[in-house]
Amino acid sequence: MVTLDINGAKKQLDIDPETPLLWALRDGLKMTGTKFGCGMAQCGACTVHVDGQPTRSCVTPVSAVAGQKITTIEGAHSKAAEAVRASWRKLDVVQCGYCQSGQIMAATALLESNKKPTDDDIDAAMTGNVCRCATYQRIRAAIHDAAQSL
Amino acid sequence: MKLTNDTVGRRGFLAGSAAASLVIAFNLTPHGARAAAAATNAKNFAPNAFLRVAPDGTVTVLSKHLEMGQGSYTGIATIVAEELDADWSKVRCEGAPADAKLYSNHLFGMQGTGGSSSIANSWDELRTAGATARAMLIQAAAAAWKVPAGEIETSKSTLRHAASNRTAPYAQFVSAAAALPVPAGVKLKDPATYTLIGKSAPRLDSNAKTDGTAQFTLDVYLPGMVTALVARSPKFGGTVKSVDAAAAKKIKGVLEIVQIPSGVAVVAKDTWAAKQGRDALNVTWDFANAETRSTTTIVADYKKLAQQPGAVAAKKGDAAQALASAAKRVEATYVFPYLAHAPMEPLDTVVKLGPDSCEIWAGDQFQTIDQGNVAKLLGFKPEQIKINTLYAGGSFGRRANTQSDFIVEAVAVAKAMKQKAPVKVVWTREDDIRGGLYRPLFVHKMEAGIDAQGNLTAWTNRLVGQSILVGTPFESMMVKDGVDMTSVEGSADMPYDVANILVDTHNAKAGVPVLWWRSVGHTHTAFAVETFLDDVAKAAGKDPFELRRSLMTDTKHTRLKTVLELAADKAGWSKPLAAGPAGVLRGRGIAAAESFSTYVAQVAEVSVKPDGSIKVDRVVVAVDCGVAVNPDVIKAQMEGGVGFGLGALLHGEITLKDGEVEQSNFHDYVPLRMDEMPKVEVFIVPSTAAPTGVGEPGVPPIGPAVANAIFAATGKRVRELPLTQEKLKAAIASA
Repeated sequence: MVTLDINGAKKQLDIDPETPLLWALRDGLKMTGTKFGCGMAQCGACTVHVDGQPTRSCVTPVSAVAGQKITTIEGAHSKAAEAVRASWRKLDVVQCGYCQSGQIMAATALLESNKKPTDDDIDAAMTGNVCRCATYQRIRAAIHDAAQSL
Repeated sequence: MKLTNDTVGRRGFLAGSAAASLVIAFNLTPHGARAAAAATNAKNFAPNAFLRVAPDGTVTVLSKHLEMGQGSYTGIATIVAEELDADWSKVRCEGAPADAKLYSNHLFGMQGTGGSSSIANSWDELRTAGATARAMLIQAAAAAWKVPAGEIETSKSTLRHAASNRTAPYAQFVSAAAALPVPAGVKLKDPATYTLIGKSAPRLDSNAKTDGTAQFTLDVYLPGMVTALVARSPKFGGTVKSVDAAAAKKIKGVLEIVQIPSGVAVVAKDTWAAKQGRDALNVTWDFANAETRSTTTIVADYKKLAQQPGAVAAKKGDAAQALASAAKRVEATYVFPYLAHAPMEPLDTVVKLGPDSCEIWAGDQFQTIDQGNVAKLLGFKPEQIKINTLYAGGSFGRRANTQSDFIVEAVAVAKAMKQKAPVKVVWTREDDIRGGLYRPLFVHKMEAGIDAQGNLTAWTNRLVGQSILVGTPFESMMVKDGVDMTSVEGSADMPYDVANILVDTHNAKAGVPVLWWRSVGHTHTAFAVETFLDDVAKAAGKDPFELRRSLMTDTKHTRLKTVLELAADKAGWSKPLAAGPAGVLRGRGIAAAESFSTYVAQVAEVSVKPDGSIKVDRVVVAVDCGVAVNPDVIKAQMEGGVGFGLGALLHGEITLKDGEVEQSNFHDYVPLRMDEMPKVEVFIVPSTAAPTGVGEPGVPPIGPAVANAIFAATGKRVRELPLTQEKLKAAIASA
């Protein structure tokens, strides 16, 4: 039995401790906002926060995060997260939308550690998150826009 | 994708099949839809198959077109809401059920999404649908208020009779309107009065796609559902010889191993168990009928074929004679690699199979074909196949294929499991990258002749590549005399007036499954035509922009010429480009392409370092797609098209070694990332012409615009894509 602290709630799961957090969230808890994109930390679609740090849940075994605070897109309601979400909506960033949970989690982590990121900061923080629709220009603009409101 | 690209073909096709279903749809929908609504919810107002108004006033638009990111739901709902005068905050959109009678794509003659056709398809159909519903609401209010219908005005889901100072929300008349007969010949709005069309209504899917609640196929969890991964042949065309499932069966959570036509499925209680089970599976493959060549061999074979005349796609004058007598000749050979679509959501399908029913959840792009293929597999009738079309996490063409590969495979798994449980079949990224149905590998061989006065007098373009359509239901319509229109579109009908032209093509054979990939033939023809024209400009001592303008003489290219001029103007083409820092070369390139009846020109500004690394600093896009239903979505599609095409130009390549795909995931099938995205500026030509699509047309010009900018900066060309740093470095270093 593995106990996880997800979005402030304790969740017990009877799973192999080596199961990636991504599949524990999705198949185990039916929390489907966190997406599967590559399975090898190459695309960022599965990004969640572990103790505030952006983390690729597809390569993170649940055994490695027991006892740590996990935040998913469903529970991302910090001031920075809400600012990011509002800017994403204001600028209509999304297209297919499949990568956007991960983009929002990565952008939120950036703004929580850096209130006024430069374009270079955004490149550094967001280049691990792939968007095949290539919404990058709006992601960049939305991060700057969210920074304005923080 | 484009399934027809000449008006004669399209007209003939419509006359043959689609026109009939259009008429049927309009004759049947009022009664059919009302009866259906009555059966499920008597209080809804559903005057036709495309919309319903709930008692609370919520307007739900049923989209026959898949939402895969291109903004179709928003655009389609905008058209309905405009004529309905609906309050945008009360408008929703959902995927229509699979029903070719009601929801046929008039371009294909069946239900499906592609060819950047969604808005063009919807323009007349949905304006009429919305206006009809509005007329009925007005009629209902007129009867209740005992005033002439002509005195009632509407706006934002509200009815108003000024003389008696009465207003009411649409919700109040939903029941009364539902009881009225459906009128015919309802008048449409004067475009000058539009309040939504042309005004960039916010996307309908922004909220759900930013809080994690948007439902994709991967997010479907049915009670008792199991998950399967499929082991497929590592070489295309291979078959299962034997299976050793002993180790796989020992993995905790693995439920059963079933063999299906495309391979061996590991069925498990969840995805992780299925993955581990498949990793432990030991399959021996029979490669007797498999493609075992390497891409280097395929390219060499194609280059050999390019020395032989092919099927003639376009002919004017005598190109051979004109080349022979030219004062100057230019030649080039291009190689375009196989490309995977790699949508962010890997392929997936959920199937619930019963003794005489089959329900499917998918980001379904070809509903009618998928129903037919599944019905064939099961021995059912197509109407027994119920399809729930969900948001697709990207497609770029991949989810629309005539074999219905991923959907049929999932149903085959359900069938092999003897209907024990609903099943979700998930593809990993590796399965996706190695799964085929690629943009075909193409070789282009080109020659041009220039006379003593510097005029372009001869142009030849020979294409070698696999046909996408031969062997599919679209062959009879789209392949004529050996010419697949999807191979030569953009080449055979290039917009430049040259006195002597010969375009011919070979439908090369290879055992690699191929498919349309966002903008189809234009993915390679625009690059070949538009970069070769720059080579001609240089040889003739002419400005690339001015040469293009001077050759767009036919009035049918006026709109393309207009976007070309607009892009050049907005990019400041007439002024010198600012120099870069020391050691950095800068260049500016231009390219234009008409695709899917939309006109796009782009100017790219590029910085090149001696090590071959480049940065695309800025891209100016000019687009004419007729009426701009939602300008912001059009801009988004141009931005996205630029990024998607640029990623393919710089990195995209699927290669085979002895028949096996060498790439597997995003580390070696490299997508464009944030740090490579240029600044994109989009300018939309104001137009009153019927709207056309924008999902694909942003892609074709970016590759050649960037390559031309690099050429302007360095004088060097890379003609075998992708245009990687290594290749560019070698080209720069060459004499």
